[in-house]
Amino acid sequence: MFWRSFAENRGAVLGLVFMAVLTALALTASIAAPHSPTEQYRDAFLTPPVWQSGGTWKFVLGTDDVGRDMASRLIHGARLSLLIGVAVVGLSLTAGTTLGLTAAFAGGLVDTVIMRLMDVLLVFPSLLLAIVIVAILGPGLFNAMLAVAIVTLPGYTRLSRASALGEMSRDYVIATRCAGAGPLHLMFNTVLPNCAAPLIVQASLGFSAAILEAAALGFLGLGAQPPTPEWGTMLAGALQYYQRAWWVLTFPGLCILATVLAFNLFGDGLRDALDPKLKR
Amino acid sequence: MLRFLLRRIGLIVPTFIGVTFLSFMLIRLVPGDPIEVRVGEHGIAPARLAELRHEFGLDQPLWKQFLDYERGVVTGGLGVSVVTREPVWNEFVTLFPATLELSFCAISLALLVGLPLGVIAAVKRGSVFDYGLMGLSITGASMPIFWWGLMIILVFSVTLGWTPVSGRISDMYYVEPWTGFMLIDSWFSDDKGAFASAVSHLILPAIVLGTQPLAVVARMTRSAMLDVLGEDYIRTARAKGLGEGRVVVVHALRNAAIPVVTVVGLQVGALLGGAILTETIFSWPGVGHWLVESIQRRDYPVLQGGTLLVATLVILVNLGVDMMYGFLNPRIRR
Repeated sequence: MFWRSFAENRGAVLGLVFMAVLTALALTASIAAPHSPTEQYRDAFLTPPVWQSGGTWKFVLGTDDVGRDMASRLIHGARLSLLIGVAVVGLSLTAGTTLGLTAAFAGGLVDTVIMRLMDVLLVFPSLLLAIVIVAILGPGLFNAMLAVAIVTLPGYTRLSRASALGEMSRDYVIATRCAGAGPLHLMFNTVLPNCAAPLIVQASLGFSAAILEAAALGFLGLGAQPPTPEWGTMLAGALQYYQRAWWVLTFPGLCILATVLAFNLFGDGLRDALDPKLKR
Repeated sequence: MLRFLLRRIGLIVPTFIGVTFLSFMLIRLVPGDPIEVRVGEHGIAPARLAELRHEFGLDQPLWKQFLDYERGVVTGGLGVSVVTREPVWNEFVTLFPATLELSFCAISLALLVGLPLGVIAAVKRGSVFDYGLMGLSITGASMPIFWWGLMIILVFSVTLGWTPVSGRISDMYYVEPWTGFMLIDSWFSDDKGAFASAVSHLILPAIVLGTQPLAVVARMTRSAMLDVLGEDYIRTARAKGLGEGRVVVVHALRNAAIPVVTVVGLQVGALLGGAILTETIFSWPGVGHWLVESIQRRDYPVLQGGTLLVATLVILVNLGVDMMYGFLNPRIRR
């Protein structure tokens, strides 16, 4: 039933297929990549891709300014991007849901404090807040992921609070409460599963946002540091010479775009399939 | 209406205090003492350090420092840049028109192109055009704009040589900064080439920054139009014998535009985030470029004050949008 309504959406299926291929590549990166992502071939600086004159099958997508194989770096970059997505969404979803459920159940002052705090986080443009957090913590992949997780926290908190408030007055919750269930049991075992649908949709869309923001931080020199083959960091490295070598600019960006697009298409499809009311 | 307004303003006060608290904490969370950060690697004599700490009030208890900072914020004292020795406020005011001009052009582009496209997609629902536009729209919304900007530079500036790569105007022209908006200032300058130069510098950054809002506007317009086109008053308008163009543009679009414009207004935060990347790529001398540079120079007062000002701006714009929405839609005034 769910699958049938999901499969109707061709874009969502396309997104899912792309995600599957990307995950497979990321998991097998050390086998799938023809070269090491950091090995420098000193006799092959800025080799163009294979279909352009001067290209070679040894480096299908060409090499960068120090002779590293683009294709291998991109494949290893897929691993990083998925890791960023999983870590950021995992952290943000867990913390946000806990905060949101706590706000909904505790009410009163706790609710006010948590939600006003989220309001404060929301008035900062997310990229600016992430930049500021990284500026404090120091640049690096881990700090960038932490920053993006903090920035995306309010979305999950607001959503889980709103859906929990909607569920709490339902009969089944009252019945469980009367049966003597404690607040923690009510929060996580009774109410949370029934708020899951919007959170899952938000998480799959959050995946794309996390990858995009982390890449932007990498591009600004605040995320993963070279020679890590993170896609945004690779773009930052290409700034010096991209006017002479289009491939060092084009491919990492296309990878970011395709991945973000795949997760967005998938998330849209998921939303339509999980919530038929929204479907038009 | 007045009660709605007062309640909305009342909600802002705690948010604003929270924002100032965050920006106050920012400089204290940076590893090392603010004074030591300021003097850098040269080191400083302990006696002089104590003297400076006293001078900047850093030997006071934290709550007193916060109150002092609050007082400074309210009176416009946001500290002094470590690098240029200019007050942060002065730098912001000099650079902000550039960001405003860029953002205004980007949003105008998004509305001028996105609204008609969304309307056509809704009217021709299910057509190839509709599917194509929705595909493009989700692609635009997924776009890493820092890459998009570089690709556009590569094609239009480097390969085709149509437009300049960076800055607001060619070095050949000197334009008196009268309003701070280069398009206006150059229009009134004596040199007629200056305006053309300003336009050619502005067009690519505006397209890059406008891409994501454009995607959002097109998508929102389409779904708002689909809602509105199903309403009874549209059937009435058609039954009166009005032409289809008049029904769509006058009766439907006018109602569909309200939620779209509201969403655009609430996107100002995302727009300023995009401006950081766009200005960095095009060396556009605006607030975003300034903030990124402040990190590279470890100019924490600028980062602190600039972040606070940007957040305040977002709060004010959100308030304005809310008030406008309350004005346009009496149902939410309660």
